Amino acid sequence: MQKSLNIDPGKCTGCRQCEMACSYEHTGSFNTSDSRIKIFEFHHEGRNVPYTCTQCAEAWCLNACPVEAIKLDSLTGAKVVSESVCVGCKVCTIACPFGTINYKQETGKVQKCDLCGGDPACARECPTGAITFVDADWTGLDRMRQWAQKTDTQAQA
Amino acid sequence: MALARKLLRVNLTQGTCVVEPVNQDWVKQYLGQRGLATKYLASEIDPKVDALSPENKLIYTVGPLTGTMAATGGRFSVVTKGPLTNAIACGNSGGYFGNELRSAGWDMVIFEGKSAKPVYLFIENEKAQLLPAEDFWGKSVWDTEGGIKKKHQDPQIRVSCIGRAGESQVLFAGIVNDLHRAAGRSGVGAVMGSKNLKAVAVRGTQGMSDIADPKAFMAAVKAGKKVLADNPVTGQGLPKFGTQVLMNVINEMGASPTRNHQDVEFAGARKISGEAMHEKRETDGKTHLVTNQACFGCTIACGRISRIDETHFSVKTKPEYWGASGGLEYEAAWAFGNANGVDDLEALQYCNLLCNEEGMDPISLGATVGAVMELYELGIISKEEIGFEAPFGSAEALCKLAELTARGEGFGKLLGQGSKRLCTKYGRPDLSMTVKGQEFPAYDGRALQGMGLAYATSNRGACHLRGYMVSPEVLGIPVKMDPKATEGKPEMLKAFQDATAVVDSTGLCVFTTFAWNLGDIQPQIQAACEGDWSMETLLATGERIWNLEREFNLAAGITGKDDTLPPRLLNEPCKTGPQAGMVAQIDKMLPIYYELRGWNTDGVPTTETRARLGL
Repeated sequence: MQKSLNIDPGKCTGCRQCEMACSYEHTGSFNTSDSRIKIFEFHHEGRNVPYTCTQCAEAWCLNACPVEAIKLDSLTGAKVVSESVCVGCKVCTIACPFGTINYKQETGKVQKCDLCGGDPACARECPTGAITFVDADWTGLDRMRQWAQKTDTQAQA
Repeated sequence: MALARKLLRVNLTQGTCVVEPVNQDWVKQYLGQRGLATKYLASEIDPKVDALSPENKLIYTVGPLTGTMAATGGRFSVVTKGPLTNAIACGNSGGYFGNELRSAGWDMVIFEGKSAKPVYLFIENEKAQLLPAEDFWGKSVWDTEGGIKKKHQDPQIRVSCIGRAGESQVLFAGIVNDLHRAAGRSGVGAVMGSKNLKAVAVRGTQGMSDIADPKAFMAAVKAGKKVLADNPVTGQGLPKFGTQVLMNVINEMGASPTRNHQDVEFAGARKISGEAMHEKRETDGKTHLVTNQACFGCTIACGRISRIDETHFSVKTKPEYWGASGGLEYEAAWAFGNANGVDDLEALQYCNLLCNEEGMDPISLGATVGAVMELYELGIISKEEIGFEAPFGSAEALCKLAELTARGEGFGKLLGQGSKRLCTKYGRPDLSMTVKGQEFPAYDGRALQGMGLAYATSNRGACHLRGYMVSPEVLGIPVKMDPKATEGKPEMLKAFQDATAVVDSTGLCVFTTFAWNLGDIQPQIQAACEGDWSMETLLATGERIWNLEREFNLAAGITGKDDTLPPRLLNEPCKTGPQAGMVAQIDKMLPIYYELRGWNTDGVPTTETRARLGL
């Protein structure tokens, strides 16, 4: 069964533990500029919003890549960049409607979320539950439960 | 590795930026941040220099855990000689700036001299340059941060800067980063202004890759986070109510200094408390508090983001204040509220926003307004001098005085000198609620005997963040102590002062110590840094830092005679509440404290103490 990252911005405090965890998982160093997940602060609204790749089913990045450097990880559902194949042409960064695949000057390759092979570090380290890793068929489950709780539960006679 | 990288020496007179290695012998003795920067400052300037002269230096500094995954590992400090106290000044701030500076590869930036024209330092990783700041001079913190990001077309730049208060050298001007976090106290912003240095803007993309033992580090960090999450203060109280969780607690203890320390209980405390910030307003049906906010790496998230009431008199014609922004934290709420007898939450937030916008310490500003209001009620300062009536309890007067101070206009010029200079000018220095020239924060030194001693002996003047005796005397951390008792307080205070000096040198936030003791922090430092960072080493380091600061102050001309409290705290007992009848009994505790410290009866470290600590 595949899982998806599920993000609830209402719970995000803006601490960047997810960004640090992401960079540490992928590079072994603490560097938010290497993170595949990004927190956006809307200060005057009092909102922090984590944002990353949703692993589209029909992935624009994957379809746009001229050298087939982006492949589906059939186990996790992640669209994964093969650095050895990527030529740094950036077409995928233009194709992605959400901006979640980006070219890195240092490596000359693109990088995106790969779900850490099935155990995403961002979700593991988020201290507030703003980022969770849940059943990919049931990302709406928590919200459904909240609404379900509000319904009239009195049994009809 | 710990602080083994490099420092940037910026000579503002000559306009040069030079790279230097960090002194590794000093790292072994002083760890980083507060400790290490104080060592640099004490070694490089004459402690007697005028704090606002080019001979003073200003040091930005991070700790070994800044920019790591350690919970709260995002702190940085600004160390200089302070103009308010003429003592060592060290302002500590959170937000995201500290990580950015470290991620750019710098452990320290030393500013020396004075620029002929306004400049700002722009750092992009290894590249550092001084750029003209004429376009930003005269602008607020908020406009400067926005302006620098726009000029460089990079929203990811982090900015630490002064507002107009720092430019006009308000003696309690702070340095603000990320719009609402501040190296707030002791006038570090006035020193920055005196150097014509408007801002430090940083973009760092190198990160931290030199942790000594990554596996052990991640294990220690994980264990530390669990302790914070499981603790009722750091896991529940602080995230929900922020430091404002203390407003009702301290007031009910009869330990809330009110109306310039005339009283110790404030009837309006409930209306300006953390709980009140969660309640819906009558005017617009919204809560004052919008959300809590973390600083970099922080799993506590005590920060407050609030939205002011648009219909309030202070802002109803000023939409620029209507958006959500930082505040109120407990100290600011107390300083604008209790200290002045003002129970109007929105007015307090307006003053707090002014402090963020123009870069001022809300504690010193609020407490100085309290002194003005007492002098006004005594008829010593007239309505004509101030420009309007200023009795205790007047939210209108508070807001106007805050505005005048921020802009350096009219009576605000005098107010910007702090309460010691202001009260002295009017012939009533006894009414200045200060130690070594710095205003008290939100705990009464009569009601809490240990806090009284902490204030009297603090190396940066009256301050709660040098030895937080509120923990044992109110919260029972690590053990419950009777606030009225003097026994055991010097011992506990020394332990708190030394441990706090360590925490302030790591890159971590001192608020972790509501849950953590040094034993929780030690494994994180040991795993991150090379060399010996055992408990014994850390405790010795803390004591060494404390004594180094003490020696700086002694050399600056401050003596044991300055280890005291205003006569009001020594002679006028708490009038009401659980601590009624109490005065601060410094005389009972100070000799014991000096002896514990290994100082002579004049408060000077003995030759043996200096030798033992390697000073």
